[in-house]
Amino acid sequence: MKHDRLHKSVDAYLKLHNSSTPARLDFVQSVTGFILALFIMGHILFEATILISKDAMYAMTRFFEGYYFFGETYPGIISFLAAAIFIILIVHTLAALRKFPSNYRQYSIFRKHSAEFRHNDTTLWLWQVITGFMMFFLASVHLYMMMTNPGDIGPFASADRIVSGWMWPLYLVLLISVVLHTFIGLYRLALKWGWFEGKKPKESRKVMKKIMIAAIVFYIGIGLAALGAYIVIGIEHSDKVGARYHPTEGGQQ
Amino acid sequence: MNALTKGLMMKDKAARKIKINILRFDPNIPNDRPRIDMFELEEAPGMTLFIALNDIREHHDASLKFDFVCRAGICGSCSMLINGRPGLACRTLTSTMEPEIMLAPLPLFELIGDLSVYTGNWMRGLNERLETWIHTQEEVDVERLEERMEPELAEEIYELDRCIECGCCVAGCGTIQMREEFVGAVGLNKIARYRLDPRDKRDDDDYYELVGDEDGVFGCMTLLGCEDVCPKELPLQSKIAYLRRKMVEVGLNKKD
Repeated sequence: MKHDRLHKSVDAYLKLHNSSTPARLDFVQSVTGFILALFIMGHILFEATILISKDAMYAMTRFFEGYYFFGETYPGIISFLAAAIFIILIVHTLAALRKFPSNYRQYSIFRKHSAEFRHNDTTLWLWQVITGFMMFFLASVHLYMMMTNPGDIGPFASADRIVSGWMWPLYLVLLISVVLHTFIGLYRLALKWGWFEGKKPKESRKVMKKIMIAAIVFYIGIGLAALGAYIVIGIEHSDKVGARYHPTEGGQQ
Repeated sequence: MNALTKGLMMKDKAARKIKINILRFDPNIPNDRPRIDMFELEEAPGMTLFIALNDIREHHDASLKFDFVCRAGICGSCSMLINGRPGLACRTLTSTMEPEIMLAPLPLFELIGDLSVYTGNWMRGLNERLETWIHTQEEVDVERLEERMEPELAEEIYELDRCIECGCCVAGCGTIQMREEFVGAVGLNKIARYRLDPRDKRDDDDYYELVGDEDGVFGCMTLLGCEDVCPKELPLQSKIAYLRRKMVEVGLNKKD
């Protein structure tokens, strides 16, 4: 068909073929976003082990440092993971950037449209842009620190970083933006590709939106509680900054 | 109780006064400037915005411009921004709204005057660009019986064919507001429709040439304004998702 059409007129000869890049970019944006979303869902739960006990958080840290596989700890694993996530984040940002308003005119048109339209999913996208933009900076700082100081994770080390190292304001804003971005993103991903559509897509969408809201509330709640716990520990530990945690008797060694 | 019975029950109560604000501007009148005119009228039982607009034109201002043909949600002429949201005037009951209503013409389309826009011109351009007609090499033989089609498939094609080109999905699309080259849900729906049709011999590679770029399906940001304002309730969300899956498949297997 294509060739018949091409031969029909000179006009058709002049028509350039569509490149495969837009398809690849769309695909890559979704795949990287999905990986990052899964990572964040795990990450926030793992760090919240501090809510169980210092020993639980300590054991979790040792787990990710490979202690239970190799018999000793390798913080380099954390560096490697952080670097991998950083690369995925950069690719995701690169792919997602093409959707950003590219000048003030586009931005103001969209703001005006969204304000007048009062349409929830249109407004949600604006949240994606805002939280995404915030994370250019917030997530980069956090990831770079984890890459370069992978050993500084633990009940006292993390708490010291948060309180004495003045990381809590950054973590607070990062937590809220990353949770919003993650679950709005997953909701939009499902709609974009038609996942869980079922026989009644409109009904499925309502259910998915409810799940999205529930997940946002849950993760921000648990994230804030964990951050609060680290802050309390950090304040108590502020005169012994740098000292490491040693598990209690009977705790994981 | 649905909106219609609610509207009809109005007659038992004292008639409500409604205020209709209309953004007015006629680019064809020299020195005309955009302004908002307010019209106050008594709400009648079962009154639609279409009836209210006719009332205004008859009793308040004969120069008010707006379009209508069928007054039954079939022609797609009376689409406008109703309190900021695209919709058909003939399908909107005034009783479902607050007594103060704001009307404006659909954005993006060529303005004829007041609430009247030239959607036809835009839609024609879109149809030409996306070649929304059956492409086949077969000689048409009017004597021969048409090829049979499964009723389910015919239904499915017909479902998408119900598009009335009213432009509501275009006006409700944040993407196209920013990037005017985007084909919008109306365009993507048409491609989905021809893709279903076995009489159209184009394959996915051909469709990729039409919508496999950022003016096409990969430009869609899934804001779903289209899905939520379509007066014909076309399955735009699932059709765009379907088209996206198919076009990504083509794109990922492409060599260049």
